Amino acid sequence: MIFLDSLSRKRDRKQNYYYFSNIVSRHFTWSLTRLNVLINSLDRTFASMLDIKKIRADFPILNREVNGQPLIYFDNAATSQKPQQVIDKIVEYYTMYNANIHRGVHALSQEATDLFEQSREKLRAFFNIPLAKQVIFTSGNTYSINAVASGAHVFVKKGDEVIVSAVEHHSNIVPWQMLCERVDATLKVIPVLDNGQLDMDAYHKLLNDKTAFVVVNHVSNALGVTNPVKEIIDAAHEFDAMTLIDGAQSCGHMKLDLQALDADFYTMSGHKMCGPTGIGILYGKEEALNALPPYQGGGEMIDQVTFERTTYAGLPHKFEAGTPNIAGGIALGAAVDYLNHIGMDNIAAYEHELLIYGTEQIKTIPGATIYGDVTDKAAVISFNVASLHPYDIGTIVDKLGVAVRTGHHCAQPVMERFEIPGTIRASFAFYNTKEEIDVMVQALQRAVNMLS
Amino acid sequence: MASIQEIQEEIVEEFSMFDDWMQRYEYMIDLGKSLPLIDEELKTEDRIIKGCQSKVWVNAELESDKIAFTADSDAIITKGIIAILIRAWSGQKPADIIAANTDFIDEIGLKEHLSPTRANGLVSMIKQLKMYAVAYQTQVN
Repeated sequence: MIFLDSLSRKRDRKQNYYYFSNIVSRHFTWSLTRLNVLINSLDRTFASMLDIKKIRADFPILNREVNGQPLIYFDNAATSQKPQQVIDKIVEYYTMYNANIHRGVHALSQEATDLFEQSREKLRAFFNIPLAKQVIFTSGNTYSINAVASGAHVFVKKGDEVIVSAVEHHSNIVPWQMLCERVDATLKVIPVLDNGQLDMDAYHKLLNDKTAFVVVNHVSNALGVTNPVKEIIDAAHEFDAMTLIDGAQSCGHMKLDLQALDADFYTMSGHKMCGPTGIGILYGKEEALNALPPYQGGGEMIDQVTFERTTYAGLPHKFEAGTPNIAGGIALGAAVDYLNHIGMDNIAAYEHELLIYGTEQIKTIPGATIYGDVTDKAAVISFNVASLHPYDIGTIVDKLGVAVRTGHHCAQPVMERFEIPGTIRASFAFYNTKEEIDVMVQALQRAVNMLS
Repeated sequence: MASIQEIQEEIVEEFSMFDDWMQRYEYMIDLGKSLPLIDEELKTEDRIIKGCQSKVWVNAELESDKIAFTADSDAIITKGIIAILIRAWSGQKPADIIAANTDFIDEIGLKEHLSPTRANGLVSMIKQLKMYAVAYQTQVN
């Protein structure tokens, strides 16, 4: 009661009356419940070394309601939410620094150029890339892949083989199919095992002297399974094959050391790591980027232009034709600052906790099947419940405020492999909580009851 | 046979009895069970309506001067949506189907399904049903 007293003193007279009316005991019980929730969440916070409450306060969108319910955002594999620091950076750029970069002699252009290049440096350090010029700003992950695939005829010749995996999303299949058609090469596919992991024995058997390029995602977007990319890269290099790793699902969720990984190319999406949409990264080894022809022609990417002949600018400008997404690039730097502030190791550890907890909880739903049920994965759970259509479940849980993805996740071959029309995919980020997972599981249960 | 307008009003009235979305969805799921089902052998690729996350097959037959629709879907909610549409439009003349408006979908509280980008493809279903009507209209004439 002392606790209640001190609380009530701070309230106005009307509320005092309220507190000391005959419903005091009911409120006391309620307060205790809230206190328990608080203690539990504190426990969990200490366990993960992250102040989730404070972190959540940085993401304004998490305060909104959807269909009259507090939003629970579990579609982080599609795009992450943005902290205020990133949103502010975009506003600040257009308010204070907007100018075209790399050209103007005027102060504003210089300042904007400095900010853009500082951001490139931040990304270099974040991914342990040797030189800033190996950080190419693109419009996104898909662009990055296409920039490599469209020029990869310098690496892949007629009769050669390109290896992709069976768990790729369409952006990492179609550009390579197009390349193979163009140069008359053959596309080979690393099969996937029933547990969602790649069949590595089959991979090693696929490699041969004709293998010219190996292309695999670091983390599968449809299943969340982390692929043994280091082993894949090293084995490909034994056969002098080039490698590209699609890092769309890894870049915002684990600490990456691109030098140690040793891939020839690595592609990333800005909006999946708390940055804005319309900005992505293409990393390449210096010699690989030098060998790759430019993807688009235009301003910025040239050295000398005459009607007889054009010579290209050096890295990174060779791949940054036209005015880049300046605001996006600068804001992505702010996203990196934010992720650094929290710490990628902390993020990975906490998201793994959410994965383990979410997996346990989803398994309590009768008839639930998880695809890719292994521990070496990102915080992505792809599942179905009995024979219910994922679309039906997704629609009902959306009405209950829970945003999950349903469908084939732009990876139709994966769905074909598991002979399902699609899955429900819940993907977590470091600002999500176990309490939100509980609400999701309740919503799923309600959906199942309605639909069965 | 009641007119399209009359049936649509009837549907709106039925749905107005429910207070919340959950009851409306449950009713829609029930309506899905009354859908005149398409023959299994007619569930072919060319009868699948594109633009839906779930599979929806629709067939249309001209019976004298009226169209009889049958359909099916592998998703329960989608089945309910197509059932509502078919209940209003099946057994009607092509010209009436072509002229029918779809405001009643909004009135029964399923407005969110009318968004053109919505994955259930209600808009695609409406378009497909109307295209059948346009095709049969030329035969009737």
